[in-house]
Parts: sequence; structure tokens; C-alpha cells
Amino acid sequence: MAAEASMTGAGAGQKLRVEHLGMVFQRDGEAVSALEDINLDVSAGEFVCIVGPSGCGKSTLLNVLAGFLSSTSGSVTIDGEAVTGPDPRRILVFQERGVFPWLTVEGNIGFGLSKLSRAEREARIAHYVQTVRLQGFEEAYPADLSGGMKQRLQVARALAVNPDILYLDEPFGALDSITRVIMRGELLRIWQTERRTILFVTHDIDEAVQLADRVIVLSSRPARIKEILAIDIPHPRNISSPRYLELRDELLTQIGLAYEV
Amino acid sequence: MKLPVWLRPLLFIAVLLALWQVAIDRHPGQLLPGPIGVAKGILDLLQHGLLLKYVVASLFRVTWGFGLAVVVAIPLGLMLGWHRRGQMAAYPIVQLFRPISPLAWIPLAILWFGVSDLAAIFLIFVGCFFPLLLTAMSAVHNIPAVYVNAGRNFGLSSSAFVSRVLYPAVIPQLLTGLRLTLGIAWLVVVAAEMISVNSGLGFLIVDARNAGNRYDLVVAGMVLIGAIGLMLDLAMRSLERVRSFHWSISEE
Repeated sequence: MAAEASMTGAGAGQKLRVEHLGMVFQRDGEAVSALEDINLDVSAGEFVCIVGPSGCGKSTLLNVLAGFLSSTSGSVTIDGEAVTGPDPRRILVFQERGVFPWLTVEGNIGFGLSKLSRAEREARIAHYVQTVRLQGFEEAYPADLSGGMKQRLQVARALAVNPDILYLDEPFGALDSITRVIMRGELLRIWQTERRTILFVTHDIDEAVQLADRVIVLSSRPARIKEILAIDIPHPRNISSPRYLELRDELLTQIGLAYEV
Repeated sequence: MKLPVWLRPLLFIAVLLALWQVAIDRHPGQLLPGPIGVAKGILDLLQHGLLLKYVVASLFRVTWGFGLAVVVAIPLGLMLGWHRRGQMAAYPIVQLFRPISPLAWIPLAILWFGVSDLAAIFLIFVGCFFPLLLTAMSAVHNIPAVYVNAGRNFGLSSSAFVSRVLYPAVIPQLLTGLRLTLGIAWLVVVAAEMISVNSGLGFLIVDARNAGNRYDLVVAGMVLIGAIGLMLDLAMRSLERVRSFHWSISEE
């Protein structure tokens, strides 16, 4: 545990390195470029948000980083080791329907824990039920949970296998705006206690400024890194402070949106 | 007047039976026996020990024919559905065989297995095999990619992936397919027994006619077939209600 803690502690050094990453799809015999020359370093324990216009290739990037897609050029390394496929050391959380509907809350959280002893598994499940505040729903099936609870369950299932990195692909995108705000608070609380490295894809500017240490702005297809913006406001963040609004405006400008509706 | 919900269909059936009896009483003849005649026929069969014997014989054939088809077609279909190339290779052959009525196989069944249980079991097997194969293939095809990816992310071995993601993900669709196919099996067994064996409910119907125009027994056989078919369907439906089977894609 001691080694693990030092590895995932904040500022413990570099975690993820992306170099000259490119991705070209073949669609109807035509080459379509989705990602172009992406270069990125993420340090351990960092919270990075990736924003960009919809359809720009944010999800593609996350899927390459998680090993579900292979890039056509460049490399992704984690702790110096090249990513060649999906791996339980880094878990991707999906926007919708990511939890298994045939398993209960406990069954879902324990999904990746079959190698542990029974006692260890039960302790781990109980811990993460509590972490995501699903006490009392241990035996419930996902069909009986609200959208926000399902996403919390998905995060718990991911955290339970003790991953180095969490990839979240617009995890709150399908939730209503009130639930979304609550979920951000929950995620920050979990991140501050668990200190995982998080890469969080979103199309919501406010979400990015509220959550991230750094925000990566992607251009529209093919996605290139347009800007990397450090959010230098300590948590908890005041969302009406001048600095917050300044950073938010900067991001809006980068994406090319007007300030007025 | 408020009737309990379960009583309403029973009452309706009772009214229909009464009308049937009245109609038969007013126009006696050979065209159709009345419900009382049919009930007497069923009692007759029961007293001669034929009812139980024939029902058991029919269910025995269905169990084997359907069971063998499940054991062969479901794993094969899941495998073909998972491997795109397998699906592409098998699909035209399956589509060619599927529209052939299982009854068209009767001459070959008798040629290969004689007038025996085996012939009937073979016919049921053929009747169930293709629908089950297609059900399994399309069930795999319809698994949402997100389940597959989530399963892969947690580093499962191939066998663990099959038992913990693939299998539970296809269960709801498979159960519906199994229920519909069991219905087909029950249709086929009656037809098969009319030609290729000397016992069972299908044989009862043909025999009752041939051996003395006992139409009360013909209709008794029909009533029994309907009642047992209904019970088989209800049994399969109760399986579909099992909680961990009962999720569906639309519900999520």
C-alpha cells in the first residue's frame, strides 16, 4: 500500500505521456483524420479536462489513451510503458449504460475484483458503496437507480480495481443540470481523497473550469491541441470570482463561442 | 358488480362453452362434438390410461428435440455471431434452410430413423435448430458495445468474458427466442406424431378419426394440446421474470 500511495500521490511525477499522436480512420475508402499531432504530459494525481467542439475527436482521443483504439501514428506511454490495449490499471467511464444491468450495485462494484479473496472483495465493495454514497442500494439493480446514481456506480466500479488513471468520457453529459452540479462536487471530493490521475472529456466549459487543474482545448476535426490552460484557483472554487470568469471567458474565446446568448 | 381480475377470462370461457353446448343441442349432427362430449372423451382417455401415456410421449419427444437443438444451436450461434467472418459464411446457408418447413423433412426422417421416436425428435430438432441459431446470432450482434468495452477494460480472460459479459448480455433475447421456439416445437411434435409414430397427442387425433370417427376424441386431443402449449409458454414466461435475466436494453 505504501508504494501505491507514493505512486499515486499528487506531484509524484509524470504519469502519462502522449507524443505526436495521430489517428486516421478509413471511411468508405477515404482517409479521415481524427487526431493530429497530439502532445501531452500528465503528472500523477492531476485532474485534466479535455474540451472541444462536439464531434472533434475528444472521445476518440480518450479511447486511444485507454487502449480501445490503436493510433495510426505516435505513442502513448504510462509510467514509461507503451499502451497496447485496455488494462484494469486505467478504467474508462462511459457516458451512458456503462454499468451492467444484470448485476446489482454490489455485483457491479465487485466486477473487477474476482481475483481478491472473498473477505477482501466484500470490504472493498463496502468501502466504495460508501465512497459514492450508495448505502442502502447494495442489492438494487441499475434499472432501479437514477441516472446520477448509475454514474456514481460506474465510478465506484472503476475505483474499486484501484486504477492509476480514470478516463471519464462526458460522464455527466446525460444528466440534468442540477444532478450534474452535485456530481461534480462528488467527483472532486472523491478525487481529493483518492488522488487518482483523471482525464475528463467534456463539452461543458463551466464543468472544465470548476474541476480541472489544466484544461486542454482541442480544435475541431482533425483535433489538434489548440491551447492548454492552467486553472490556478484553489478548491473550493468560487464560481463568481473574477479569476474564474476570466478563465471561463478565455476558454469560450478559444473554442470560438460568443459571450452573449 | 366487481369481479376479481383472474375470474373474468374464466367466466368468459364458461359463457363460450355454454353457447357452444346450446348450439350443438339445437343442431345435433356429426360436424362438431359439444363440450360435454369432449369432456367425456377426455375422461374416457383418462380411464384407459391413454391420456397420461400420450401426453408423456409427446412431452418426451419435445424435451429431447428441443433440448438437443438448444445445446447445439445456442453455442454455435453465439460463436458465429461473435466472429463476423463466421456469421458471413453461415448466414446464406441458414437463410436457405430456415424457410423449409420441418414437415418437409418427414420423408427423410422416416427413411433415416424409421417409424420411431427418433424420427419425431429429429423433426423437432430441425424445426427448432434454425430459429435458435438465428436468435443466438442476432443476440450477440445486438450487445451494446459499451458492455463489451467495459468487460474488456477489467482484464477478463476469454472464458470469464464469455460467462460474465457475453452470456448475461444475451440472456433476455435468448429467453424470448427460446419461448417462441418451444412453441414451434410443440406445433411440430403434433404434426410429426400424425405420421411417424404410434403414440402421442398427434397420433391420438389421427387414430381417433381413422379408428371410428371419434370426433369427441379428436377435439379432446386438440384441447389437451392447447392447454399443455399454454402451460409451456407460461413456464417460459416465468423464467423471463427472474430478476437478473429480466433487464432489457430499452429499459436501460
